Amino acid sequence: MSVTVTSFDEVGDQPRDSSAWKGFAWSIARDLRLAFRSRAELGVLILFYVIVVTLFPLAVGADIALLRALGPGVLWVAALLASLLSLPRIFAADFADGSLEQLALSTQPLPALISGKIAAHWISTGLPLVLVSPLLGAQFGLTAGEGWLLALGLLIGTPTLSLLGAIGAALTLGLRAGGGLLALLILPLYVPILIFGAGSIEAARAGLGASAQLSLLAAVLLATVVGAPIAATAAVRIALD
Amino acid sequence: MSSIAWFKLASPASFFPLARRLVPWFGAAAAVLATIGLWVGLLVAPTDAQQGDAYRIIFIHVPAAWMSMFIYLVMAFWCAVSLTFNTRLAAMLAQALAPTGAMFTFLALVTGAMWGRPAWGTYWAWDARMTSELILLFLYFGYMALRNAIDDPRRADRASAVLALVGVVNVPIIYFSVKWWNTLHQGASVSLTSAPTMAAPMLAGMLVMAFAAWFYAIAIVLLRVQAIIVEREKNANWIGDLVPRTR
Repeated sequence: MSVTVTSFDEVGDQPRDSSAWKGFAWSIARDLRLAFRSRAELGVLILFYVIVVTLFPLAVGADIALLRALGPGVLWVAALLASLLSLPRIFAADFADGSLEQLALSTQPLPALISGKIAAHWISTGLPLVLVSPLLGAQFGLTAGEGWLLALGLLIGTPTLSLLGAIGAALTLGLRAGGGLLALLILPLYVPILIFGAGSIEAARAGLGASAQLSLLAAVLLATVVGAPIAATAAVRIALD
Repeated sequence: MSSIAWFKLASPASFFPLARRLVPWFGAAAAVLATIGLWVGLLVAPTDAQQGDAYRIIFIHVPAAWMSMFIYLVMAFWCAVSLTFNTRLAAMLAQALAPTGAMFTFLALVTGAMWGRPAWGTYWAWDARMTSELILLFLYFGYMALRNAIDDPRRADRASAVLALVGVVNVPIIYFSVKWWNTLHQGASVSLTSAPTMAAPMLAGMLVMAFAAWFYAIAIVLLRVQAIIVEREKNANWIGDLVPRTR
């Protein structure tokens, strides 16, 4: 795997005055530009999502009733796995080439810079999954309404995956154990998102309406938006020590 | 209370002798209480009208389940202390608690499955409590795996402390999400919350066993923390005075 070497000049100087919003905006712009430069990698991630989802009908058979029952769960589990696979992107390259240390030393507040990195990670890896999900839902016999509900749930849920995952990615920076350890740390924390997300479609099918599950997803998102960058910042500082 | 020098005890050197003195007391208390508890539970408590003698596993199962959750909270507490005050001993205590917590979680799951077979006709039912207990086991494993993966003990202390605190915030969310998921999927086919009133000897046996489990946990954690202290402070002079060097 090649490490993209990026000097700070190349992606623009940091703003001189240290306001949280400017740091956030600078960080998100920098990481999005870097992500766009390696768009082949992002394409691979979407393909991973599509392929994992495609494996399930091959494993359980093409019975449409069965696929309809499994669909929401399969599409959500695959989204969790795709998110897990993409987590090292948040910090690993910056940690390897020393940029992360420079970010930690900058006058900008580190939680704002890390929030920007997480937001860029979600836009480059979570949002594409949201966009392809209704299409994949159709393969599992989801109705149009259920497809949109799936996309809406992923739209609210995948940012939480990036936020929680950033904590695990920061905690495992530079460790030999790598991907398996990250899965062990993060997947148990993903459980509520999976339950509320897949549950929203189940609830809609049962005639209960999905608003309760979507509201819970949104509540978890709001809580992690506040808490996760702080925990991730603490973890990054620990890794840089 | 003020006569106890808390900050003095935060030093491994002064805590080590105290831990060494306390272990036999808590160990003996655990052994006595377990003997009484098992005697009450297995011999005195009446046979359950519906479940027969199979219910007697609660004298192990319920204390193990309580301890599994309680130890996670205690562990997270010491993790918070270690992050806030940057004390080594708090982190060592958290490190020593994790295997015992995981052991009780595993015990609760295994005894639950053994009880589930005669009581519900199945080893595993995706009941909300069982599922969240299983996820708790994963959280313990994650904590221990992260500690193991980091060579520098001080970095391991702080990284695993962050993980434990993130986990403890998530435990209630996980519990309620699993509970609501469970009610949506299969209704409350398996309900432990509406248990019938319990005969007094049953309750007494369970409480005594809970205290036995608690004291056992204290004893084993104090024992393990001594090993951790010796391992991590092996280059300190005071260790040589307490633990004779073999080489």
